[in-house]
Order: sequence, then structure tokens, then C-alpha cells
Amino acid sequence: MSIQEQERTAPTPASSPQKHSILPPLKKEDFDRAGKLGTNISLAIEALWANRLRSLLTTLGIFIGIASVVAAMLMTQGVSASITNTINSLGTNTITIAPGSGNSTGNRGGPVRAASGTTLSLTSDDAKAVAKIPDVSSVSPVLSVSAQIIYGNQNWNTRIQGVSAGMQQIQNWDIAQGGWFSSDDEQAAHSVAVIGDTVYHQLFDTSGTDPIGQKIRIRDQVFRVVGVLKSKGGGFGADDIIFVPIQTALYRLKSSTYIDQISVQVDDASNIDAVQQNITTLLEQRHRITKGQADDFNLTNSNQLLQTANQFTTILTALLVGIAGISLAVGGVGIMNIMIVSVTERTREIGIRVSIGAQRNDISNQFLIEALVLSLLGGAIGLLVGLLIGYGISSALSIPFVVTPIALIMPFVVSSAIGIIFGLYPAARAARLDPIDALRSL
Amino acid sequence: MTKNNQEMQENNISFSPTDPTVPVPTPDMGASRVVNADNQGQPVIVIHDVHKIYHLGQTRVPALRGVSLEVSAGEFVAVRGPSGSGKSSFMNIIGCLDRPSKGSYWLTGKEVSRLSNYELARVRNRLIGFVFQGFNLLSRASAQSNVELPMIYAGLTKEMRQRRARQALQLVGLGTRMDHKPAQLSGGQQQRVAIARALVNSPSLLLADEPTGNLDSRTSVEVMAILQALNQQGLTIVLVTHEPDIASYASRQVIFRDGRLIRDEPISNPRDAQAEWDILSTQNPDEDY
Repeated sequence: MSIQEQERTAPTPASSPQKHSILPPLKKEDFDRAGKLGTNISLAIEALWANRLRSLLTTLGIFIGIASVVAAMLMTQGVSASITNTINSLGTNTITIAPGSGNSTGNRGGPVRAASGTTLSLTSDDAKAVAKIPDVSSVSPVLSVSAQIIYGNQNWNTRIQGVSAGMQQIQNWDIAQGGWFSSDDEQAAHSVAVIGDTVYHQLFDTSGTDPIGQKIRIRDQVFRVVGVLKSKGGGFGADDIIFVPIQTALYRLKSSTYIDQISVQVDDASNIDAVQQNITTLLEQRHRITKGQADDFNLTNSNQLLQTANQFTTILTALLVGIAGISLAVGGVGIMNIMIVSVTERTREIGIRVSIGAQRNDISNQFLIEALVLSLLGGAIGLLVGLLIGYGISSALSIPFVVTPIALIMPFVVSSAIGIIFGLYPAARAARLDPIDALRSL
Repeated sequence: MTKNNQEMQENNISFSPTDPTVPVPTPDMGASRVVNADNQGQPVIVIHDVHKIYHLGQTRVPALRGVSLEVSAGEFVAVRGPSGSGKSSFMNIIGCLDRPSKGSYWLTGKEVSRLSNYELARVRNRLIGFVFQGFNLLSRASAQSNVELPMIYAGLTKEMRQRRARQALQLVGLGTRMDHKPAQLSGGQQQRVAIARALVNSPSLLLADEPTGNLDSRTSVEVMAILQALNQQGLTIVLVTHEPDIASYASRQVIFRDGRLIRDEPISNPRDAQAEWDILSTQNPDEDY
């Protein structure tokens, strides 16, 4: 035994001076110095690159989902911005008084409620009375007619509004040429007109004449153009309008004593409620409406309108994003599916890694990162495509192209959440594999 | 001279321990850690009355029925036995891929039979180097990346990983093929990459499971020459094989049958793979594998 023992240990250079290991040995401080994250990420990219086509097809689901969510968001934001612009172009801090009981004031118990705008109850005198209420900075009655207007051989169908001089301030109009008609014009019912940008282009572009002082015909009545308004933009035809003095409109265009609505501007947003209350009291007195009877007028303020519009766009956003979100979920399932296939395919690789010392964490991280990279890739492509679609739609509908930070960050948050959620199961499955079985598999 | 021969020449150079600048190994992972040839004569493996029982549905299948074995540092032990003898189960337990149902296993003085999965993975990473029959290299990765893999899981820095991977590949004579993918390498070369990978974390034990099973006899001699050379450097090697020919390169063999260790004997005259390889390469100098 002793000879054999000697034989067994003979080749080992235990007593020789060159008593060193094959490679320089590792010291304790050599271990656990480098993080595995960077390596794991490059491993994931390598693995995805090895299956390029499959990776691309897998991200397709996420990419379509993110693109449609982004496009939907951009579109509704554009619509929202456009509506807000339009409402603001009608004046900020304004209250609109319209005939009829309306909905906003509620049912006061009257047996019959006339719908808004169908009754005739408001007069210019009401407007004058409202102007005396404290904190009211400007008031204008409004009488609207649609008519054909003619200048030379050009004609155009547009909206004509009889207003007072205060309308310029209420609706915040800027003058491009000439000026707004004066109070005198209004008192004397002169046939003067202030025309909007669209009307100006329709009537005067071909002849190229200076519109100021030119005579235009509205319903066979001759009006002199005294001013041209600057464009307010927006796609809703705010510039397609002609303003004439309210008295002129009442005598010459409609021959009526009733007006369509009264626009009131309040000096500060905080006074809107008080002014609204005062107007209600005043008009109830003037119209001799007793308690328990329904009002024959209704009030809307611009802030309410904005709120309603915002509610509408919020619902629209939720609806569109919700529908687009379904395709995101489908995309996530696609990622999960491919990751499960990938785990099955790479069982042997997992076995090798585990046998040489990979922790279960390492294995699950590897697959999780792969799923994450896949979905983030889809998110990035989806964001680009979504931005392009959103841009296309908003320029086609000529609504503003609004990109909020949410629209930019959301794809990354959502797609990484999808990557993690749908990558967890395949990753856990990979980490659970028994190394012996995994090594035996083909 | 053929390429392989050139590489074997490089091997010889690398294996000859002449470099005095290499630092003397210090014990790692506590006092129990044995680095390679250090603490000569202390047992690397102590296995006491190990049982392994598999449960296939209702039936209990005993694979190991009380095996005890001690392997000292620097030994080259061949584990032999017919299929079904329990040598695979034994190897899985030695390799810390599996835990015994009963009995205890100490590796370098540390009882590993009761360790958690996390600690077992650490042991596999730092104390054991695996060489498999099927090479088990990652097909997408280059030779160097394959060799770096255990060091990634050990958390070594990138510079250190690259340096050691290159050293290990030079050691097995593949210094010129570090960027080759496994598919671009011959079977023998792939197995040498696997050996390099097994060595990079300076393990206390090299576990070779049928390392020549997929190789022809000539390449087998080549691989066994490397293993023998490593053993002569002081590395403890456990070789699982069913071929008596291959087992005879080891210095001791244990034979399994029906889940028991039936023989444990030294090999009085181990074959010298290097000498055989020299003869083979002079006989067929133009053959390249």
C-alpha cells in the first residue's frame, strides 16, 4: 500500500520548488467585484440578435400596441387643445345668457320647459341692464343670421352677428386693418361691418382691393367695411364671420326686437359665480318670473364649457387608449409565449450555466432582461411610429400636434411593465429547471 | 509539423512549471479552502455512507446504497461501472448538482450535502470544474466567452476575466483560436475549451464525466494528456468513465455496481498519455484533427 500510495502521489510536485497552481489562484477579494447586469444585458441582446426575425415579430405586438396608444393620445390631446382654443377664442371669463330654460340651471318645477334657444325672451334692454351689474366689464347682445354676402362678382355664405362695440374686448379680437365700429355707429344703426379673415380672403383676394371703405351686400343691404380682423386660427371656422352693430342687425337683417344671446365678460374669474347669481336675480325680476316658475333664460360660463369639453376629451382618451391597450396586452402575451419557447429551446444552455455556478437569480434575470429588452425595443419603435401617425392625423385634421411628456414617457413605462409582467413566468420557469435534467436535454 | 502538434508543444511549454513569479496560492474561502495542490494529502472529498433514492411515482428506486469514499488532494481517481451502477448519481452528488438522500459529503472540509441551492451554486462555481461528455459549450459564444462564463458568475472584473480566459486557453493550447465558435472547432478542441473553462476559477476539484466519450481514440489520448498534466500540477481529478482503457490513465480507480462501491484500488502502472501522444504524432505526423 505504501508503494502504491507513493505511486499515486508521486507525480504531484508537492515538494518541488515550483509549487504553484495551473492558473494564478483567485483570492477572496477577486470575487463578487463586478456586477452581472451589464453582462446580462449584452447576453440578452446577443440572444435576441441570434433570433433576429423572431425577435422582430415578437416585438410587433408591443410595437403596434404602443404606436396605437401614442397615436390615440396625441390625437385626443390635439382635439382637446383645439376645443380649448376655440372656447378661449370666444372669450375668457365670459358668461353667455341664452333664451330658454336650458339644462344648466336645472328644473325649477315648471310644468313645461322650453328647450334652450327656442324661445324669444332676451332683448337689447336686458343687455343694457346686465351691464350695470358690478364686476361686469363688458356686455354685448348677439343676434346671429346666416346670409350670402356679395362683393363685386364674389359671393360667400357666412355668419353675420349683430353685436355691440364691447364684443371686440369680450372675444379678444385683434384688428388687422381699419377698426371696430364705434358706439355711435351702434346708436345710429349705421350699415358698417367688421369682417373676419376668412371672409376677407373670400371676397377681396381675387380683386386685391383694399377692403376698408368698400361696399358689400348682405341680404340686399349695403354695408361699408370698416375693419378686418386678424385670424384666430383653429379649424373650427372662428374667422368665418362678419360683425355688424346690433341695432343695424335688428332693423335691417332680422327686423325683430329679440336677440339670440347676451355675452357678458366678468373682470375676474373669481367673480363669475357672484355675477351669474346677480344676472339670474336681475333677469328674473325683469322677466317677472315668480318663485317656482322656470326661468326663460339660461346661463353658461366659459369655464363650465371648458370643464365639459375636458370631460369629453378625457372620456375620449380613456376610450381610445383602452382599445389600443388591448393590443398591448396581446403583445405581452406574444412575448410570454416566445419566452417560454425560448426557455424550452435553451434548456441545455440553462443546465450548462447552472452547472458552472449560475444562481437561480442569474438565470431568471437573464430571461427577464431578455423580455424587457424585447418589449422596450417594441416600445421605442412604437413611440416613433405613434408620433408619426399622430403627426399625420393632426395635420390631416388641422388640429394642433401636442406632444406631452406623458406621451413620451408612457411607452417606456408601459412596455417595461409588460416586459416584466409577461417575462416573470418564463423566467421563473427557467430558474426552476433541475440542472441534471437540463443538462441531459438536447 | 501539424497544427495540433504545435499546440501540444505549446502545452508542454505551458505545463512545465518554471515561472517563479507566480504567487504561492493562499487558502481561499476560509481555512477549509484548498487551492489546487496546496495542503497536499488532505482529503478533498470525504463521502460517508451516501444513499440516493429516486421516487418514480409510487416506487422507490435506490441508486446509491451506502457509498463511502475519500479522495486526497492531488489524486486522479477514475470512477467506473456499467450503466445503472449508480456512477451518474454519484457524480451528480460529487458535482453538487444533487444532494444525497442520506449520508454526508464534505468537499475541502466543508459539508456540502446540507447546503442550500444558493450555496451549492457557489460551490459549483468556485470549488468544482466540470468537463462533460458532450463538451456543453454555448454554441453562440466564442471560445473565450465560454471560458469567461464561470468568472462572470463569480463576479470577477472584466479585465481579470479576459486575462484569465486567455491564460487558460493558452494553457490548453488554443491560444490562437480564442475567437472561434464551438462549431468552428474540432471535438478535441472543443473539449480543451471545456477544460479551460473548468480551470478558470481555480477549482479544488476537476470533475470529468466521460470526457472522451464523444472523441476518437487519438483525440482521447490528447485530452487525457492534458488531464494528466493538470493532475501533475497538483489538481485533484475525478474521472467518470465506463472504459477501462481510459480509467487506466488515472492513478486510482473505484468501481460501482448496483449502487455500491465494490472495488477501490490504485492503478499500479498508469498509462502515460503524453508519451502515447508523442508516439502517435510521430507515427502520423500529417494527420490533423
